[in-house]
Amino acid sequence: MSKDDLNIKDNTSLFKEERYVQQRENKKQFEAPCSEQETAEALAYSKSAEYMEKNFSRQNVVINPHKACQPLGSVMAALGFEKTLPFVHGSQGCNAYFRSHLSRHFKEPTPSVSTSMTEDAAVFGGMNNLIDGLENSVALYKPEMVAICTTCMAEVIGDDLNSFIGNARIKGVISEEYPVAFCNTPSFVGSHITGYDAMIKGILSYLYTRSGIESKPGSGAESGEKLNVLLGFEPYTGNFAELRKILAAFDTKYTILGDHSGNYDSPATGEYEYYYGGTKLEDVPQAANALGTLSLQKYTLKKTQEYISGTWKQQISALSTPLGIKGTDKLLETISELTGLPVPASLTEERGRVVDALMDSHPYLHGKRVALVGDPDLLIGLIGFCLETGMEPVHIVCSNGDVDYNEVKFKDEAVALLAASPYGSEATVHVGKDLWHMRSLLLNDTVDLAIGSSHLKFAAKDADVPLIRVGFPVFDRHHMHRYPIIGYQGTLNLLSLIVNTILQQLDDNNSGFNFELVR
Amino acid sequence: MRQIAFYGKGGIGKSTTSQNTLAQLATKFGQRIMIVGCDPKADSTRLILNTKAQNSVLELAAELGSVEDLELEDVLQTGFGDIINVECGGPEPGVGCAGRGIITAINFLEQEGAYQDLDFVSYDVLGDVVCGGFAMPIREGKAQEIYIVCSGEMMAMYAANNIARGILKYATSGGVRLGGLICNSRNTDREDELIMELARRLNTQMIHFVPRDNIVQHAELRRMTVAQYNPTHQQAKEYETLAEKILNNKMLTIPTPISMEELEELLMEFGIIEDEEAAIKKLQASGQ
Repeated sequence: MSKDDLNIKDNTSLFKEERYVQQRENKKQFEAPCSEQETAEALAYSKSAEYMEKNFSRQNVVINPHKACQPLGSVMAALGFEKTLPFVHGSQGCNAYFRSHLSRHFKEPTPSVSTSMTEDAAVFGGMNNLIDGLENSVALYKPEMVAICTTCMAEVIGDDLNSFIGNARIKGVISEEYPVAFCNTPSFVGSHITGYDAMIKGILSYLYTRSGIESKPGSGAESGEKLNVLLGFEPYTGNFAELRKILAAFDTKYTILGDHSGNYDSPATGEYEYYYGGTKLEDVPQAANALGTLSLQKYTLKKTQEYISGTWKQQISALSTPLGIKGTDKLLETISELTGLPVPASLTEERGRVVDALMDSHPYLHGKRVALVGDPDLLIGLIGFCLETGMEPVHIVCSNGDVDYNEVKFKDEAVALLAASPYGSEATVHVGKDLWHMRSLLLNDTVDLAIGSSHLKFAAKDADVPLIRVGFPVFDRHHMHRYPIIGYQGTLNLLSLIVNTILQQLDDNNSGFNFELVR
Repeated sequence: MRQIAFYGKGGIGKSTTSQNTLAQLATKFGQRIMIVGCDPKADSTRLILNTKAQNSVLELAAELGSVEDLELEDVLQTGFGDIINVECGGPEPGVGCAGRGIITAINFLEQEGAYQDLDFVSYDVLGDVVCGGFAMPIREGKAQEIYIVCSGEMMAMYAANNIARGILKYATSGGVRLGGLICNSRNTDREDELIMELARRLNTQMIHFVPRDNIVQHAELRRMTVAQYNPTHQQAKEYETLAEKILNNKMLTIPTPISMEELEELLMEFGIIEDEEAAIKKLQASGQ
């Protein structure tokens, strides 16, 4: 094969070739398209203030909501436990969506099976599918635990997982003691964070109950000195590493409950295994005797937190994603309170270095207007980070923000946080709104930066605003999830990402006389 | 807290029997009771509340936009004998999914903590167990005792047998048990013997034979239970006896449903239906 044969064009230049341009022209006669003028007019209208008003009074349609469905979170939660197979009771299509969505973000495989429900199962109930599925998947993939969640179809027809699993045991496809945790995850309510919470609670309560252990927080050899840590629906494997670094610096013992960083950062050694890392199953009941629990996504983990404080009678400290200097300070204070250990000098020094870096970049960040999109806990963290760097959050959209913690609604906390800083005075928090609303906001009340997931890229492009990719999912940039955004190190990462985007903008948009060497 | 459920063929008198019995359980035995109506018609609580029909969970949810916007006090109503009432409700006939409605409504009640400080929760469930949603009340952690209301009519017995089959599905893997058949008399031939025999074959008991009495109709027309309308009447006593039997019921079994053939044989045995030969002879005798 000659070298010329390997000259394969990328799709951008390929489809600019005359033959493809001609092909598109020829097709138009069959498409009955609007004229170019009409298209341009409609596009211009969609950017107007008049349209924005109509857009915001929209009642019966949602366009591009920034959320995914419940079982997607459950699959991620299941992958946080050692040799656990996520098992989706529903159609193959649902499961394919979770797998591809998660894999596009993490660039790693997502081992997850489904009960392959079809029309038959919808009519007669999914029990046989579930029993056959359990038999097959345990034989094929040899998990040590199966974690079952449901899809909308199974929920609508009212399939009862508990009795189905019981019947699978009676039928002998799995033994009496084989662990099968489960949760109900109807996606007509909540979002991926609700499903994450449901599965974590399902696994913790299942493993705890079957162990027969009576929780006595702060007691027991080893486990009594440990801290439980929950990261929640965590799109960054780097955040697990960063948190480990922090806990190691404290020299405290801990158990991470739900650690999917192994499965989503597995090495390429030439051999593929189904399961990497994860919380050890035998550590879960022991965790009931730990001295306390630290939760890093208080809005996500609502039911799990209630379970830990209610059934395990454990002291619980719940935060939102610890971003920025203040966020990390709060995290370290909380660990210190829970463990009784002082904040380590190494972290104080690291803090100093990051504060230094923040000051270096401050002239470029100060007064920058930003739009934010994300899950509730991430947004609380991002708002805090923006305010302490002097950036001004303007539009904040949270499609799945109808959540509360300790009787305080997410929106109220966000509004109070913004009100406490002069940089927050122009902000509006839009709960339950979608990315089409955000597009109108970006076009009609312009900002300098948009911060959010890849889904925000289209609105950001229409408004000609650079997008900083933070959160879930990030499909169109590589390896972002491998670098932490929490802790002082994460603050530095986030800072470099943002300030370098701003500096790139300065270079790209130079007027000919300010293309500077030094910034 | 005991959770019980009433099932039975449509029109057999589940709601009437359960409300009359629960009214006695509340007033004569001092039990704190909540009735959860699981029927899209939402007519399981009208005799206790003395109203036409209570606003249901799903009706209110539809008005407000979603179940999450509902508060517990919007849907709970206290009626005769301090019985707390709630109706799940459901869609109009011919649309939507009533079964999912039951699941949504019961989940809402659980999440909001409606099941507190009670001795009895009673679910009143429509007709046969037609889909997974209508089996929600007998899932693990919900009703542990099922009472099937039936009569000596063939289709009522057929339905009772079907319900027993539904219970069996859940009983082998969970804690749900059959508490007994309640015979709501239709004055058919040898009705009590027949139901006792059916009960025996289903591995349960006929917990009570409720005789037919027009007073029930009179009370019902006035949206009342007999306990409220005429507490000294003999029929009130009948319901009191049934209430006491349920209160002290120790016979909770896993049912053994029978085949359709067996059910037909049973009916022949009791002369409810005739076998073909006998029918032909009869026809010949009458000269046709």
